[in-house]
Amino acid sequence: MALTTDDIKQIAHLARIGLDDSALEPLRDDLSTVLSLVEQLNAVDTTGVDPMAHPGNAVLRLREDKVSEENRRESLQAPAPQVAQGYFLVPRVIE
Amino acid sequence: MYEKTLAEQSRLLASGDCSSSELTAHYLDRIARLDSDLNSLVSVSTEGAAAAAKLADARRSGGENSPLLGVPIVHKDIFCVDGGKTTCGSRMLEEFHAPYSATVVSKLSDAGMVTLGKANMDEFAMGSSNENSYFGGVKNPWQRDCVPGGSSGGSAALVAARLAPVATGTDTGGSIRQPAAFCGLTGIKPTYGRVSRYGMIAFASSLDQAGPLAATAEDCAMVLQAMSGFDERDSTSSANEVPDFTANLNDSIAGLKIGVPEEYFSDGLDAGVATAVRAALSEYEKLGAKLMTVKLPNQNLCIPAYYVVAPAEASSNLSRFDGVRFGYRCESPVDLEDLYTRSRGEGFGAEVKRRIMIGTYALSAGYYDAYYLKAQQVRRLISDDFDKAFSEVDVVAGPTTPTPAFQTGAKTDDPVAMYLNDLYTVSANLCGLPAISMPCGEVNGLPVGLQLTGQHFDEARLLHAAHSYQLATDWHQRMPSGIE
Repeated sequence: MALTTDDIKQIAHLARIGLDDSALEPLRDDLSTVLSLVEQLNAVDTTGVDPMAHPGNAVLRLREDKVSEENRRESLQAPAPQVAQGYFLVPRVIE
Repeated sequence: MYEKTLAEQSRLLASGDCSSSELTAHYLDRIARLDSDLNSLVSVSTEGAAAAAKLADARRSGGENSPLLGVPIVHKDIFCVDGGKTTCGSRMLEEFHAPYSATVVSKLSDAGMVTLGKANMDEFAMGSSNENSYFGGVKNPWQRDCVPGGSSGGSAALVAARLAPVATGTDTGGSIRQPAAFCGLTGIKPTYGRVSRYGMIAFASSLDQAGPLAATAEDCAMVLQAMSGFDERDSTSSANEVPDFTANLNDSIAGLKIGVPEEYFSDGLDAGVATAVRAALSEYEKLGAKLMTVKLPNQNLCIPAYYVVAPAEASSNLSRFDGVRFGYRCESPVDLEDLYTRSRGEGFGAEVKRRIMIGTYALSAGYYDAYYLKAQQVRRLISDDFDKAFSEVDVVAGPTTPTPAFQTGAKTDDPVAMYLNDLYTVSANLCGLPAISMPCGEVNGLPVGLQLTGQHFDEARLLHAAHSYQLATDWHQRMPSGIE
């Protein structure tokens, strides 16, 4: 499967990863190589095969609907780059 | 002391022949002298370790006598430790201080283990050579121009160099077993759900598992025992009762049915590795095990399936690293989009970006069915192959890796060549099965690993089989030179 540098730009945009123009071609080559590897999956017929999302076919466990955590906002926000009054600060979103 | 196994050290601590403070100081000294060459640790907690050792000695004086009390350990830097840094081998988390400790860390510390520091690793657990760390590559103590394997390369290198008797690792596609094989150690990935993933930075949530790397199966059994068990805080944690992994280690393994897949002994396998593994299997026959051929018809699809599933899950898990709540934030972002794209573009290394992008592509509109759904269906086929094999045998055996440790830089140009290192290991992750690697030979002075894959929750049998082999052979006792 051959990708183009436009494909790479689009994928990078979806992944919100900033790329220099110089990175586009090497990434296109690398990703194309990996996709060729992955295309081997097409060799097998999987019609009617139930997809396996999880080993052991686990189902999400539910817990009792009662409060079990304490408010640790300060310590949980301590690693944040910018915090004020309990909010995480980011550049202005709305003009 | 460093030449003794964890089990032997445990006995010396119990008998009072040695204190945790002495043992800890011994290892901290070794780290200070030997690690600058290996680069296997990202951080060392000199004061924290000394304090923990003192506390362990006090607990022992107070009458406690659990097997891991006072024994030193290094944690792969993917486990959050409250009070220190957890970098995950990445610039993204270079200054990250976790506000809580991983369950694995808490359980081992409650058991009295002394944390010496954090082990270097491939960034976000993505790699098979520890060449992808923001903090520099790790050297294989057996041959310094070779890689130790990855992603738990630091953990493997430091235990091989006896800078600690055990280290924790994580395994998503082989990242405990492959470095264990490359460094002459025993390493086990337990059944998915056996060990809590709480506080263990996520790479691929349906594949990740934590486990120990040590010199012997007995050492691994002791540490895995304390690591295992249901955890409320991990929604994928299993309630399956944890047996005593050490109870039947010394029983005979006569009658053990070992399946050997013909698909494992094909073109990609190094001849020296094949010879060593076949010799190990003969040894098992001498111990009374029965070898049988099994078929794994979809073995050649394991790597393609894995390299869709794992990157897809990673693209989701790593979307949390956005410069907002923790981790690296770029300088002077002009708007939110810029904050995201530059923080991630600058914070992540090349391999991480590659994998996130592969995963993003595989999950994107128009491609989801062709790639991700298809891979999940193939995953089902691979799992069915193992179910069928286990209807005839108790464990499946083969080489852990297709080659011994390769030279630094030998595979960095071609991502797929690097991915093929995981040829024999990814199936256990895809199926959630436990698997162990143990040293079984050498090729040109480099260790070779034998892998046994077991049925769900059958770790005790794997550890027992490995221990039996280690009672009859001495590969696990060999150490690299130059580590005195």
